[in-house]
Amino acid sequence: MIQARVLIRPKEGILDAQGKAVEGALPALGFDGIEHVRVGRIVELQAESADRLEELCEKLLANPLIEDFEIETVDE
Amino acid sequence: MSDQSPHRELGLTDHEFELICQKMGREPNGVELAMFSLLWSEHCAYKHSRKLLKNLPTEGPRVVMGPGENAGAVDIGNGFSIAFKVESHNHPSAVEPFQGAATGVGGILRDVIALGARPIAILDSLRFGEPDTERTHYLVDGVVRGIGHYGNSMGIPTVGGEIYFEPPYEQNPLVNAMCVGLARTDEMVRAAAAGAGNKVVLFGSLTGRDGIGGASVLASAELDEGDDAKRPTVQIGDPFEESKLLECCQELLAEDLLVSLQDLGAAGLTSSAGEMASAGGTGIDIDVGLVPLREPDMEPFEIMVSESQERMLAVVEPGKVDQVLAFCTKWQTASAVIGEVTDSGTFRILKHGETVGEIRVEDLVDGCPLYDLDPEEPAEWTYVNRETIEADAAPSDIALSLLASPSIASKRWAFDQYDSIVGSRTVHRAGAADAAVLNIPESNRAIAIAIDGNGRRVACDPFQGTVEATLECAANLAVVGAEPLGVTNCLNFGNPEKPGVAWQLSRAVEGLAAACTALEAPVVGGNVSLYNETPQGPIYPTPVVGMVGELPDPANVAGENWRAGDAIALIGPFDPSLAGSELEKQRGQLGKGLPDVEIAPVKAAIELVREAVRSGAVRTATDVSDGGIATALAELAIGSEIGCETDLHPVLARRSDNPEDALFGEGPGGFILAGEKAELEKLGGQGVDFELIGEVNGNEVIVTAGESRVEILVEEAAAAFDSLEDRIESDQAGLTH
Amino acid sequence: MIWGVLQFPGSCDERDALNACQIADPTSESRLVWHEETDLSGIDGIVVPGGFSYGDYLRAGAIAQFSPAMTAVAEFAAAGGPVLGICNGFQVLCESGLLPGALLTNESTRFICRQGDLVVAEADSPFLAAFEPGQTISIPFKHQSGRFFAPPDLLEQIEANNQVAFRYAKGQNPNGSLNDIAGVTNETGNVLGLMPHPEHAVEPFGGSMDGVGIFRGPALAGAGA
Repeated sequence: MIQARVLIRPKEGILDAQGKAVEGALPALGFDGIEHVRVGRIVELQAESADRLEELCEKLLANPLIEDFEIETVDE
Repeated sequence: MSDQSPHRELGLTDHEFELICQKMGREPNGVELAMFSLLWSEHCAYKHSRKLLKNLPTEGPRVVMGPGENAGAVDIGNGFSIAFKVESHNHPSAVEPFQGAATGVGGILRDVIALGARPIAILDSLRFGEPDTERTHYLVDGVVRGIGHYGNSMGIPTVGGEIYFEPPYEQNPLVNAMCVGLARTDEMVRAAAAGAGNKVVLFGSLTGRDGIGGASVLASAELDEGDDAKRPTVQIGDPFEESKLLECCQELLAEDLLVSLQDLGAAGLTSSAGEMASAGGTGIDIDVGLVPLREPDMEPFEIMVSESQERMLAVVEPGKVDQVLAFCTKWQTASAVIGEVTDSGTFRILKHGETVGEIRVEDLVDGCPLYDLDPEEPAEWTYVNRETIEADAAPSDIALSLLASPSIASKRWAFDQYDSIVGSRTVHRAGAADAAVLNIPESNRAIAIAIDGNGRRVACDPFQGTVEATLECAANLAVVGAEPLGVTNCLNFGNPEKPGVAWQLSRAVEGLAAACTALEAPVVGGNVSLYNETPQGPIYPTPVVGMVGELPDPANVAGENWRAGDAIALIGPFDPSLAGSELEKQRGQLGKGLPDVEIAPVKAAIELVREAVRSGAVRTATDVSDGGIATALAELAIGSEIGCETDLHPVLARRSDNPEDALFGEGPGGFILAGEKAELEKLGGQGVDFELIGEVNGNEVIVTAGESRVEILVEEAAAAFDSLEDRIESDQAGLTH
Repeated sequence: MIWGVLQFPGSCDERDALNACQIADPTSESRLVWHEETDLSGIDGIVVPGGFSYGDYLRAGAIAQFSPAMTAVAEFAAAGGPVLGICNGFQVLCESGLLPGALLTNESTRFICRQGDLVVAEADSPFLAAFEPGQTISIPFKHQSGRFFAPPDLLEQIEANNQVAFRYAKGQNPNGSLNDIAGVTNETGNVLGLMPHPEHAVEPFGGSMDGVGIFRGPALAGAGA
């Protein structure tokens, strides 16, 4: 079994409304000097092998038109 | 490490604990103590309010379900009923506004679903502190998003509500959610368990550790400084799960598969199973080992008091269990048989067949002592007074200041975040001063819903203020042509053990009883939320009244804009006074007392307006409420984008000779109608005060009263009325979800 | 004309869509199509309705695209059958590749429910048969993720191919959609998706009955004949 973690982020160049909202709130909360906030998703799963993970990401976990993804795997 | 006795840590008094031991003939074990602590909490047992509530009128020819069931219901004709109820979720919303408000909506939806009704509308009544602190901005943003999230995701329109901003709610906001549903009268189901040997089925979300101890820890004690630590006990809502649950319940009931149904809310399985058994006069066995769990290794007491959302409990005849489980599978919702109805009169908790707790149902559900209040009227006004308007402000400036006041200003920025049209029934979304109207083609008519409760005025005079809140609901129904059918209410008060609050609560319930009796609108259900208090003091006494009415033809709701050339009339025994008014608040001069108002003449005016609207003769109608006549006229002008020229000398002649009373005074019994002069004039001479006061024209709102004159551009008025949106904007908007 | 309106767990506006189909043509028949059904025989037009199918989990419409019913709809569309996607339905059609582009969170991050004006654009689609290009209609919208997006090349292609069906009227773009796009079609025009809700503009008391035209379109264009 392998443990996999998929990081999904909005593509560069797309307006990330949530990231922008988070970034805008930071100064009022007392955090300065933070920029370029982007909000994405993590999907964690266990799989028998890593063979079809890329396909899974492209077909379901991410929308390749608007999102990039990164797969991290750890053998158990 | 606390050296408090466990029962005290769970919120039981020593006396209550002794009583429990007496009834059981021994000390309760851990599971039993946890269950008692929740069902004997104020939130579940209504210890301080139950005796008072017995005085409310609850019967009437249209009542189908009264207090005591999951929600109330009235007959709407043609074999259908309207179910409705309002409930609070105040303390959780102060701790986590998004989830607190969302699960508040989820909870009230489930009460209506449990009756066998399909929810068709949501309304919400919200109160916060003044909108000038980031904390209030954060709360408002979270609560509005939370309500929107849950209601929109379920596909149930949020069609109305109110939002008030007053200092006493600063640390203790109020979130009251009302749900209205439609059911076939003969398919509605009661909560009482019945039939020894029948199975108990739990279905919906898996059970986790959500909200453990929530009921007694949060709702029966005052909020203080260290409340962030209570976050782990906040429930998380999942509207998608509830949407599946709703469809599943509707199918189960349509196929006649259930003996009874109850939703799980505060105190989870303990209160649902306990109340079902109590209502049915039966016993009940629950095996926690059979409950579908989300978390491993949950202890029996945790499973019994978990407040995981989106769960229902049903009693099912053994021969129908398989079909019930099959429908649950179809709707992708977890389900399991977890127990049985017995004739033992005992609530038995088992774990994989072994008894781990045993309490007599009547001890648990009805054994809690009920307390008498010790009411005492305070000698002085006990709330804060703040001056926010210049002492010598001119009438036009006062008018603008009132339009801009947070409680009066437009709440469009909030309502636009709610789906108000899904379901295709919404004829009229509630505007600033009236009622929502929904089409019920199944019964060839429409219903109207209003929710009101001006806490400040109730603080001035709890009896009179509550009468006024109820009359205002009826007035809001009248301006859309609707006749009241029934009432629900949520009583939000401070600590009832304090004599001043006890006085507020007693007098408010008396006022509600008097008004509902006079209006022939029985109370079919409601909710009480006490201990809304911080070290700074209690909230304003806030009895929120929800009223449902019916009207024959949704084509006539008088919600149209007025037109140039329309005549304007003032109708009703309106005797305005600045006591308890928004202007008096801005002048920092609030104090005890409201003028006495006779209900009968107000009722006559309500009936006259209702009939006038129904006849289609009147295009525009509104009641006079916050901010008085000048504000009511300005709001109509803003909506229509045309001004008016009016003179209030009849009010000066008949009522008060103080121009400010006429312009800005408040109170029940006043209606502004606009339309063809000839049509309006027919309303005179019918035993209800009637005066033509002016005409619709121009681009200014002109209201004259003796020497005083309000003269403002409609544009200026609109700018003031729309000013709250920017003022309420949160720096953290969009972070909560 | 026989309409099929899909129903997923979490759909909200499916009954409203059925109602709209009936109002647009009382002689038509319409029925719900459960997400597990694959038999669309006899159906002349499909509506993928609004709501929160599968709770909008992962991404709006992401899970619904894999339902058996959507596989059948893809075949139906490939054969030229008219398919209308409304709001969440539009999202499902984009996720399943039957329409170009994607819908993102509104710029304000807020859900917004409002009546608005749409301008009929140049697309050639049976659903637009009752309108003229340039015509303005009043339709409510209610959504939190309605911001239409396509990368520059794809956007150019959509415009060049006249695949834009509706645009928000000037000054009324509620969500930041590129080029004010409120609805698009596929290349052959038989599949149309839009974020606003025409099924909520079919009753006299709603303020506008302009939505009726969209549901009349396919019959006017010869479907179900």
